[in-house]
Order: sequence, then C-alpha cells, then structure tokens
Amino acid sequence: MVWLPILIKGCYFLAALLFILGLKRMSSPRTARGGIVWAGFGMLVAVLATFFLPDMHNLGLIVAAVLMGVGAAWWTGRRVAMTAMPQMVALYNGMGGGAAAAIGAVELIGYVRNMLLLHPAGIPDTSPLRPESWAVNALQPIPVVVPLSPIELSLGVLGALIGAVSFSGSLIAFSKLQGWLDKRFVFPAQRAVNLLLLAAAVVVGIMLASGHASLPLIAVFFALALLFGLMMTLPIGGADMPVVISLYNAFTGLAVAFEGFVLGNEAMIIAGTVVGAAGTLLTQLMAKAMNRSIGNVLFGSFGAAGGEAQAIDGAQKPIDAADAAVMMAYAERVVIVPGYGMAVAQAQHKVWEFAQLLIKRGVKVKFAIHPVAGRMPGHMNVLLAEAGVPYDLIADMDEINPEFPVTDVAMVIGANDVVNPLAKTDPASPIYGMPILDVGNAKHVIVVKRGKGTGFAGIENALFYADNARMLYGDGQAAAAELVNELKTLDA
Amino acid sequence: MIDGFLALYIFMLAAFTGYEIIARVPVILHTPLMSGSNFVHGIVLVGAMIALGQAQTPFEMTIGFIGVLLGAGNAAGGYVVTERMLEMFKSSKPAAGKESK
Repeated sequence: MVWLPILIKGCYFLAALLFILGLKRMSSPRTARGGIVWAGFGMLVAVLATFFLPDMHNLGLIVAAVLMGVGAAWWTGRRVAMTAMPQMVALYNGMGGGAAAAIGAVELIGYVRNMLLLHPAGIPDTSPLRPESWAVNALQPIPVVVPLSPIELSLGVLGALIGAVSFSGSLIAFSKLQGWLDKRFVFPAQRAVNLLLLAAAVVVGIMLASGHASLPLIAVFFALALLFGLMMTLPIGGADMPVVISLYNAFTGLAVAFEGFVLGNEAMIIAGTVVGAAGTLLTQLMAKAMNRSIGNVLFGSFGAAGGEAQAIDGAQKPIDAADAAVMMAYAERVVIVPGYGMAVAQAQHKVWEFAQLLIKRGVKVKFAIHPVAGRMPGHMNVLLAEAGVPYDLIADMDEINPEFPVTDVAMVIGANDVVNPLAKTDPASPIYGMPILDVGNAKHVIVVKRGKGTGFAGIENALFYADNARMLYGDGQAAAAELVNELKTLDA
Repeated sequence: MIDGFLALYIFMLAAFTGYEIIARVPVILHTPLMSGSNFVHGIVLVGAMIALGQAQTPFEMTIGFIGVLLGAGNAAGGYVVTERMLEMFKSSKPAAGKESK
C-alpha cells in the first residue's frame, strides 16, 4: 500500500488544478458552462480520495453527513427561483464558513484533549511554545496524535475566527435578501461596540493560540466571533449586500486556506487562497462600481448621511398602461432599464415579450444595465439571459449613457437608486458620487414602480418628479403584461 | 504536515492565480464567478471530513458532523446554483451557441 498516499496526494493535486482551470473557463462567457463541470469533477475526486486517507474513523457518520448535506442543498438549489440566487449564494457561502469554523473547533478541542493527555496536572504556560518540553515527563503516555505546532494553532484559530464571522454574517445577509429582516439595525456607538467585540474575539483568540486553550475559552471565542459577524452585518443596508456577500465569500476562502494548512491539505490551501484573492478583487470591483470603498460599505452607516437632503419640487405624474404602450409603440428608440423590482416581480419574461413586440414594430430597443443593478453585479444580465434576451441588445452604463439624449422613451422597471439624479446633484445624499444611468436625458421617461415609496436605500428619487417622467404604478409583471396586451390591441 | 515556508509559497502563488483569473472579466460574469468561487471553497468539505475522521470524543464528533453537513451543503449548493446560472448562457447568443459546449 505504498502507492496509496501518493495516489491520494495526486487526487488532491488534480482537484486543485481542475479548480483553477474551471474558474479560468468560467471567466469567459463562451467556456463558462464547461468550467463549473471541470471544477465539479475536481471536487468529486477530492472527496472520494479523502475516504481513503489513513486513520479515518467515523466513516459511517461522514457518509451520513455528506449525504444529508448534499441532499438538502441539492434539493433547495434546484427548487429555488432564479431571482433568489443572490441569497442562496450567501447561504451556501455561510455554510462553508461554518464548516471552516467547525474544523477549527474540532482541532482546538482535540488540542486541549492532547495537552491534558500530556500534562494531566494542568497545562504549563510555556510548554506549547517549546515542543521539546513535551517529552520531559517520560512516564506520561505518548499521545497518538502529534499536537499542533504554534503556527498551526495560530492559523487554525485565525481561520476559525474568519469562518465564524463569515458564517453568522452570511446568514444575516441571507435573511435580509430573503426579506426576513428588512429593517436596518442601528443604535448609538454601534461602531465602538463592534470594534470592542472584534478586539475581544482577537484577544481570546491570541490566548487560545498561545496555548491557554480550555473548553470554556473555546466556547467564549466562538460566541464572540459569531456575535461579531452578526453585529457587523446587521446595520448594513440591502443595497450594499452584493459587496458584503462577495466579501464574506473571500473570507470563507481565506478561512478554508488556513484550516487547510492546519490539516496539511494542499488542495484546501490552494482552492481557499485562490477564492480569497479572487473574491477580494471581485469585492473591490463591485465597490468601485458603486463608487464607494469597502471600508465605507462596512463601517459607514449608509442612508444616514449628515446634512439636509435637497427638497424635491413637483409631484409624481402617473400614466396608464395604454398611454405608455402607445408612447413606446410610436417611438424610434426605447431603452429599458431593469432593476431589482423586475427580479422580485419575476417580470423578465413579460418584459422581453413586450420588447419583442416593439422590435417587430420597428422600434430600436435596448436594455441598459447598471453595474450594480439588482443585488449582485451581473444579476440583471443573468435574468435577461434567462428570459432569452440576446447579448447585443444589452448595453452597460458607459455604452448607453451617451445614447439617452437621442432616446425617445426610457422605461425604468423596478430600478431606483441607479437612476437617481441626486447621486450627481446632492452632496448630502448617501448615494452622492455613485455613477448613474442618465435616463433623465431621454425625451420621455416611464417608471414602472409598485408604489410611491423610496427604493432599497431609502432615498427619495428626484427622477420621479422630473417634468419628462411619468409613473406607471403596479407590480412589474402585471404592468409588463398590461403593456403587452395594450400593444396587441393596438395591432389588432 | 507542511513546511511553513513551502505553505507561504503556495499561498503567494495561489493568491496571484486567483487575482489573475478575475482581472479583466466582463461584468456579465461577475455573479456566476462569485457563485463559482463559492463552490470552489466547498473543498472545505474535505477538511471537515478529515476533522470528523480524527474526532474521538462524542463532542468532537458532533461538531465534526455539523462541519461535514455544512461543508457538503456549501459544495452541493454552490454547484447547483452555479450550474443553473451558467445554463442560461447557453442559447443567448445564437452565433456562439454551437461552438460553446
């Protein structure tokens, strides 16, 4: 059985290689679909190889847990609507963070057990840092498992901290996107309290890592870490969730890499680090698209900016579906701007049906997508792709903004903050400085919106009061269906 | 057991790899990529399996069991969600539809 360890190592190597190649393929639309299959094969190889590692006990338990976890996640992942994808990513990411934290916990508890085995009378303060002192008492039984080295212990604790924060934070992000937690949770001196929590968790972590591990201390450590993740995420508004999820994704990657070091598993180190780096960059790209820094997202209290907000003159002027349909039917150029509201209403198919009818009438239709429309970058692209909208009809912000002045009608469906002109004009606005789609430059603007309320960021939108803007109130899908019907009667 | 400096080299090279993979990616693929990288760190399942495999007391086994459960959820859920997202890119561009497989 000399070849077995080499074979297992080889499997992990293959898995790491397939992860990297898979991610690389996923970064181009043409090869993206193959990419996930490659990475999936790598995962399968790695998991199967793990069963053949030496000294693996509890195999029955492992199989049961794997089957239960895979079954439950597979079932929910298949069932959930495309629109709920962002929160599912948050949920599964949180599970990964929790798993990393659990690995850290098992290792720490095992460490305490081993130390007690070595020093039944109590753990001397200095011994863990001087491994040679472990063998001093020759009368003690030699432990089966080699105790963790100080570096392994430190990285294990760090990985557990990051994993636990990612776990509770991601669960909060999931609840917020799922609509279970729709209020932002703010109280005075929140930042100081959070900082204190983090500091406490770090101090306890250092105590653990420096060899003062005991079961109660481990429990306190995890309680603090989980609470910090919770408190850190609660005050962040829903509009910022994409950035937060991406950040926790990078966190989980790092946690996995650190725990991989503790377990001596290269595949975990490589996969975790790749995700950590890629996730960090992705987070930066997203934050940049919103013209905000990551620190600002995490610690700036969004929606509570100081200063008087500019008062908005005028009133929202409603329009009915028949007029809106006629307006667009006889237009030359129409730009449709989808937002999260379209996703919630599952209106993408109806909207595309409407657009197709317009195209049949000779109207030039384009879809304009803001970099952070929806709850994830690219969220709208995915939904429109699902509905069957071809790539070439979808334009990004830089491409479409110069075209608005020659656009007859811009129809905003379920988008709000990304078309709010206050981002350009009102320095007191919390979204000030965020690049927006200049739909106000179109000759006419039709805004499909459920009611008169503000958007997710809780900010009034000056666009809705503009002279060339008309409001078509109603649920996105119902409104789109009405527009389709009106257009059909026009043709009949 | 991995030598500390060897691990540091792995960290460094893997970090560059991750950075290079994401740089210059069109916005349209940000969500699938986030989901894809979410799946890749599902490798934590392997670590959780090792942790449970080495667990000796019932307490350790319980935590290890939860770890494997969560890790398996991360891997399986991440795969299904990513696969479903990418599936939609299939027929969006008829010209490229045939060559992409």
